[in-house]
Amino acid sequence: MSILIDKNTKILTQGMTGNTGSFHTNQALEYYGTKMVGGIHPKKGGSKWTSDKGVELPIFASVAEGKERTGATASVVYVPPAGAGAAIIEAIDAGIELIICITEGVPVLDMVNVKAKLDKSGSRLIGPNCPGLLTPEECKIGIMPGSIFKKGSVGVVSRSGTLTYEAVYQTTMEGLGQTTAVGIGGDPVKGTEFIDVLEMFLADDETESIIMIGEIGGSAEEEAAQFLKDEAKKGRKKPMVGFIAGRTAPPGRTMGHAGAIVSGGKGDAESKIAAMEAAGIKVSPSPARLGVTMTEVLKG
Amino acid sequence: MNIHEHQAKAVLKEFGAPVAEGVAVYSADEAAAAADKLPGPLWVVKSQIHAGGRGKGKFKEAAAGDKGGVRLAFSKEDVVKNVEMMLGNTLVTHQTGPAGKQVNRIYVEDGADIESELYCSLLVDRSSGKPAFVVSTEGGMDIEDVAEKTPDKILTITIEPEVGVTDADAAKVCDALKLEGAAREDGVALSKILYKAFVEKDMDMLEINPLIVMKNGRLRVLDAKVSFDGNALFRHPDIMELRDKTEEDEKEIEASEWDLAYIALEGTIGCMVNGAGLAMATMDIIKLYGEEPANFCDVGGGANAEKVAAAFKIIMKDPAVKGILVNIFGGIMKCDVIAEGVLQAVKETNLSVPLVVRLEGTNVERGKEIIANSGLNVIPANDLDDAAQKIVAAVKGA
Repeated sequence: MSILIDKNTKILTQGMTGNTGSFHTNQALEYYGTKMVGGIHPKKGGSKWTSDKGVELPIFASVAEGKERTGATASVVYVPPAGAGAAIIEAIDAGIELIICITEGVPVLDMVNVKAKLDKSGSRLIGPNCPGLLTPEECKIGIMPGSIFKKGSVGVVSRSGTLTYEAVYQTTMEGLGQTTAVGIGGDPVKGTEFIDVLEMFLADDETESIIMIGEIGGSAEEEAAQFLKDEAKKGRKKPMVGFIAGRTAPPGRTMGHAGAIVSGGKGDAESKIAAMEAAGIKVSPSPARLGVTMTEVLKG
Repeated sequence: MNIHEHQAKAVLKEFGAPVAEGVAVYSADEAAAAADKLPGPLWVVKSQIHAGGRGKGKFKEAAAGDKGGVRLAFSKEDVVKNVEMMLGNTLVTHQTGPAGKQVNRIYVEDGADIESELYCSLLVDRSSGKPAFVVSTEGGMDIEDVAEKTPDKILTITIEPEVGVTDADAAKVCDALKLEGAAREDGVALSKILYKAFVEKDMDMLEINPLIVMKNGRLRVLDAKVSFDGNALFRHPDIMELRDKTEEDEKEIEASEWDLAYIALEGTIGCMVNGAGLAMATMDIIKLYGEEPANFCDVGGGANAEKVAAAFKIIMKDPAVKGILVNIFGGIMKCDVIAEGVLQAVKETNLSVPLVVRLEGTNVERGKEIIANSGLNVIPANDLDDAAQKIVAAVKGA
């Protein structure tokens, strides 16, 4: 089993006609035939999009129409920052189950409005400012490079895009492979938190171990650590390796991600590492040793 | 994006917040005119820099005197004298770092009779994803100190974004600040004003410390610190005009023009990385092997050869850089594009320090080939560990 997506997941692309959306829709189609079923463009409804290899996909004027006509349950958003919030809300209103927003730079207050809508809906949002998610040999949504994946047993969840790739690549090199990798994104207000994904990995039989990658800022890692402690008391526990980026980051400066900032002594790496270790996660001091550390943990 | 106190007050005043009369001045002459314009008999002379702790700060230069960056003046002559002493000199506070910041403008403000000092801020609470007031009766001091010593004196009031500040919310803010009488009336109005300003201007943080109750029982915004969500500036051209580039690192300004996330640091190894998390992790691993990073640099997802070359040149402008580590794990970014950008920059800058390049991800083979066939002195690395060890060894050996 995988989490969230598999070979049957049908996906719409919001922003497919742009460069980024077009490139990654091509990449997804080439990744084990991920079921990309159409694109959305308010002014180009009724037209067709053609992939590099000649696959034709319909363009719909709205997400609601696209869902109706294709039976899509997921939507990936590549719409530029100014319109991304509205695009997500359109997908929520259309009743899309799983929305993935790749767009970087969405204004925080737009996300506040999205989140208020989301909380009252049945939709799940991943992102924004995330690389998406991938279930090896089945389905790729977003911008992760498919070539580094291998079907296997490690669940990967991360706030950072490129560090997700590190964790994936290293577990592939170790021969462990992945069930699903989920990039939850680096923004302060986002749809899915560590806890949501950890819950799914704990419940998934094929996921035998988990890598969790956090970074400075906020308290999501501490909350996740508390969740894992509580679940362990109920007997739900899997071997885990962790990493926190930003040990050397200066306080008061936003480190690229809007969410990555140590302010007022809160959100620093050391307190996150301590909380994660107290929850039984083996935290690697080096981002280059995630895979090796997992192998060591699994050997006991 | 940060703005100065006097700009923050002007923005809040537009929304109807109670602020004192004041004038920003850039010279002693302007200071004299400002003092004439204000009623007196008390003036506050405040250094304007983008850093907190100005009152308790110290100037580097003896000519500025022993007092901090915020001074009281009891006569017009006093106003001019203090402006002369502070202008052009370097103020060091706990937020500026030891280098301090040059004071280029001063805010001369009408003084107030203070009865009590409170704290009030607005931000987006991450765990709920909603705007929240953070308030305390312990104003006028570092809120971090209050949080550490008496955390029970800080209260958070979350606002439902779809509704805004209700009368009940405003009452909660006033209760938390223990406001009564006229001050309570002002408090109810101010809660709504601040929220409106926060949301309409896409503020990242709005901090009033202190918010004061005056001897006459009314509220006043005595100090204001506002920062804006950089991602929302496209819809606020008026706010964009308030940017003061003299407050920013020259390299950081150039980086922002290229849409690069660059932060200057104190170490010797320049870093160019894609992705904020990986960029931080690269800094961390350099430190793990015993050296310090010279910068944080995230070239982002959609970089082209020109952008990579620009990043490279900015990194090279830092004279402390003794070696460069390029670490790219391509998802959106294609390794061959990065490789070409790096080579272009190496040629254009006549690179004289060791360069380690680690490439992985989309089109990695083509990227590695380009580097290998370039004939340039570039040290290739197989993975992040290898890359960090190689650049640290190269810098130490140099």
